[in-house]
Amino acid sequence: MFVSKGKVWKFGDNISTDHIKPGFTRGTTIKEQAQYCMRAIRPEFAQQVKPGDVIVGGRNFGCGSSRPAAQNFMALGIGCAVAESFSRLFFRSSINLGFPLLYCSGVSGAFDEGDVLEADFESGVVRNLTSGKVLQAEPLLDVPMRILRAGGVVEILRKEYQKSGTHA
Amino acid sequence: MGMTIAEKILARNAGLPQVRPGQIVTATVDSLMLHDSAVQIYKLFKEIGIDRVWDPSKVVAVNDHKIPARNVEDAELDQVKRAFVKEFEIAHWYDVGRGGICHQVFPEQGHALPGTLVLGCDSHTTSYGAFNVAATGTQIPEAYWVAAKGNLWFRVPESIRFELSGELPRGVVGKDIVLKIAGEHGADFAAYKSIEFTGRAVEKMSLSNRWAIANMGVDLAAKFAIFEADQKVFDFLKGRTRKPFTPVESDPDASYERVYQMDVSALVPQVACPHDLANIKPVTEVAGIPFQQAFIGSCTGGRLEDLAAAAEIMRGKKVHPGVRMIVIPASVEVYKDALRAGLVEIFADADAVVAPPGCGPCSGHHLGILGAGEVCVSASNRNVKGRMGSPDAEIYLASPATVAASAIAGVIADPRQV
Repeated sequence: MFVSKGKVWKFGDNISTDHIKPGFTRGTTIKEQAQYCMRAIRPEFAQQVKPGDVIVGGRNFGCGSSRPAAQNFMALGIGCAVAESFSRLFFRSSINLGFPLLYCSGVSGAFDEGDVLEADFESGVVRNLTSGKVLQAEPLLDVPMRILRAGGVVEILRKEYQKSGTHA
Repeated sequence: MGMTIAEKILARNAGLPQVRPGQIVTATVDSLMLHDSAVQIYKLFKEIGIDRVWDPSKVVAVNDHKIPARNVEDAELDQVKRAFVKEFEIAHWYDVGRGGICHQVFPEQGHALPGTLVLGCDSHTTSYGAFNVAATGTQIPEAYWVAAKGNLWFRVPESIRFELSGELPRGVVGKDIVLKIAGEHGADFAAYKSIEFTGRAVEKMSLSNRWAIANMGVDLAAKFAIFEADQKVFDFLKGRTRKPFTPVESDPDASYERVYQMDVSALVPQVACPHDLANIKPVTEVAGIPFQQAFIGSCTGGRLEDLAAAAEIMRGKKVHPGVRMIVIPASVEVYKDALRAGLVEIFADADAVVAPPGCGPCSGHHLGILGAGEVCVSASNRNVKGRMGSPDAEIYLASPATVAASAIAGVIADPRQV
């Protein structure tokens, strides 16, 4: 079972990595950076979000820069993100960080802020436990699923190199 | 069945005769570009005992986002970058005063070879598509893998063909084309796709214009934004590289998910209004809006041709007293060329300040951060809320010529009327 369940924070289309991880915070610790997560559009978010909460996004979620923005979500204890679509870079950086996400058409309309979402990453089934609505997301491809299960690409490299002690 | 440019390059680097959109392949990369990510790679590799990158001759490292160091923390991160380059014997390193913005430096230093596959730890890596490179962004933590292994898994993208006909009118540039596309089709219209730009207007336009279009390909959500290589590319590369390369063209029977046509002859200067790249208006509709800061620079609008277009408008004039203007050449090479061409003097005489080559305020780090309530007209690439400083500031994106004309007028102005 690979399931994430939590209270929904809802965002619109084209949420940028500049919103999630503002450029000016670069160089500080991830914990500090996370305090500015979404500040430009929802100043209360970083203070009020609780560990286990989840993100519902619109189209092109995580667009913009290549910075690994999901680090901030992970630092805040957010469980997963489910969106209409993600930017390519955000999708890949999140998977490589070990932060689970799903492409799910119709998710924006199916959730209100504060609803409880349950996402099954094996089957791609996304449930709104508040309203009872059930959606089918695109299941993850094999490669991203494998990276996610390993806990991210760093864990894969760590296993390989720390064990062998040799180089590529 | 024919293949597109993206399919051909991915097939070649995956060692396959043919690939199809949607297919997952593992492809070797010809080059990896790093900037601040060098710090994290160094730290992780030390921690887990990876003692070399896959091929130090294929790694290009550039110091660009916060240079020269703004504070002690920056200075210490820069020390780590230098340690990385030294200990891992990185062949290509462009530090303060020797490079500039990575997306300007990479082609200038002869690394953007037609027909190659390049990953860069920065979203605007799509820039090298102007040189027929299948180039796209990677990120930490994915770049750890690429730096160690020299390969990556790719989903072969569907291709979109964008046919540009006609000829750019005076005062209208590549930046205006890309803004127009964002406005008409949305900032995610090319999500995960490879866009091929082609047509008579492309043949006629300068390499600098193609460079700006490819650069902002990622802001249309594209994976690649590619042009075919022509004599302009070969002339640019002459003297910059001695490495052999094989340009790639799409096959006549290649298949495209979508085909668009645009006649650029009738295009007018475009402006992306706050806080959304797709919030595009012709300059005529926003003329007269007051602002406090003008910025010409970044990997989108800091090339010699951009500075020259601005200087032509500003020669013998003064920046409006209510406006401060910052000009940042994209690289040391651009800076030197601008100096020789007398452009720096024109800017200085006009009361614009010319800052050292690098990313500047575009990404919100330094050299012109915006305060609450301020408005900036910028030749850069992103206008999301808070990008250049305060979340209560506003950013209008436009071509360098539009920024220059506006700086003189003190309000947003049409460069064709100057």
